[in-house]
Amino acid sequence: MNPIHAHKDKLSPNGLIACPTCDALHKETDVPIGMAAKCVRCGHTLLRPRKSAMTQILMLAATAFVLMCAGIFFPFLELQAGGRITRSSVFDAVLAFSDGVMLPVAILLGALIIVVPLVRFMALIYVFAPMSLGHYPARYAPQAFRLAERLSPWSMAEIFIVGVGVALIKVTGLATVLIGPAFWAFCGLVVVTVLKDTFMCKLTVWKTLENRRLS
Amino acid sequence: MENTGKPASVLTARAAGLVGCTRCGRVHDQGVAFCLRCGSALQSRDTLALQKVWAWWWAGLIAYIPANIYPMLRMTQFGRPHESSIMGGVIDLAQHGDLWVAFVVFFASIIIPIGKFIAIAYLAWSVKKGIRTRDVGRLHMYEIVEFIGRWSMIDVFVVAILTALLQMDFIVTVSPGIAAFSFTVSVVCTMISAQSFDPRTIWDTEKETPRV
Repeated sequence: MNPIHAHKDKLSPNGLIACPTCDALHKETDVPIGMAAKCVRCGHTLLRPRKSAMTQILMLAATAFVLMCAGIFFPFLELQAGGRITRSSVFDAVLAFSDGVMLPVAILLGALIIVVPLVRFMALIYVFAPMSLGHYPARYAPQAFRLAERLSPWSMAEIFIVGVGVALIKVTGLATVLIGPAFWAFCGLVVVTVLKDTFMCKLTVWKTLENRRLS
Repeated sequence: MENTGKPASVLTARAAGLVGCTRCGRVHDQGVAFCLRCGSALQSRDTLALQKVWAWWWAGLIAYIPANIYPMLRMTQFGRPHESSIMGGVIDLAQHGDLWVAFVVFFASIIIPIGKFIAIAYLAWSVKKGIRTRDVGRLHMYEIVEFIGRWSMIDVFVVAILTALLQMDFIVTVSPGIAAFSFTVSVVCTMISAQSFDPRTIWDTEKETPRV
């Protein structure tokens, strides 16, 4: 990106990009597909357009949504000891904190592991499905995309999976542990989420949303 | 395009009398309240950022103290109760020979939170003082803090999973301790503290941009 240097005249805001992390101004240029434009001052990636990124993000968000649904309701760990078997699902883990003073923690865990990721995937599908299948974005697409972005630090499915790993090792001495289908669904979810985040260039998405807006 | 050239000569949106959107990068004239592209509220600099950062920082620090003193997890084995704090859990794991897992838990629940408190305090202090050294280094520090903070939740998740798995009818039962509550509060507060920080202020100096 070309930086803007000290200027005497009043600049017009059109055709400029301000780096979201350091506020440095750049001239907006067309970035070829597969290339990345970085901020000259802080190195933050401004634009990184990819070929058919919309469809890829849509497919990955839909996959993540299905995996998430499977992950919630199937058992993720089974414990065998002394002839007894206990199965627990993600739901049970959330409900572990549900008595007394711990109730707020249960609600928070439910939000972080289940609700936030689900809402995020639904918002992304809502934003990208109309644009990738047709051309114009849906009516409240900017609001939905803003919600998805704001929720992203609070979506903790991948951290939960590492927690499962640690818990498995703590338990192995006490009982036989079998890994249920939900565990694999969550592992798949982690991979899909990482891919989705690398494909998605926020500034390009916002520009596309603006350009294709129904006026 | 990639190399940093002469960073001093770069013009910021604020210095040019414009406002840049932190969500989508669109530039507006000063005085526009909401971004025309993405609808986010526009602010040249968040003038209350440091106050918010410190308020959440102190809340997080206060909650972190009981999180380390009180038991994280109460385990009853053959009728004998055994309570372990965060550090106690790490030592238990290490004594069982699971050094690697002990290290992961130690890193996530002790090194990350303490490192985060120090890093956020340093960033807020350096911005307040208008220190302009190692700007990119400080930005990277901020990005690491933002990225890694969420991982502290591991220990709370482990307690939840253990409680769900080891129920009443087993030889061993587990229930969460009060520290799980305060630790969660501490992680959430420090995450909000880090999010309140305005990284654009890292580059501001007194001369270029009068601080309000």
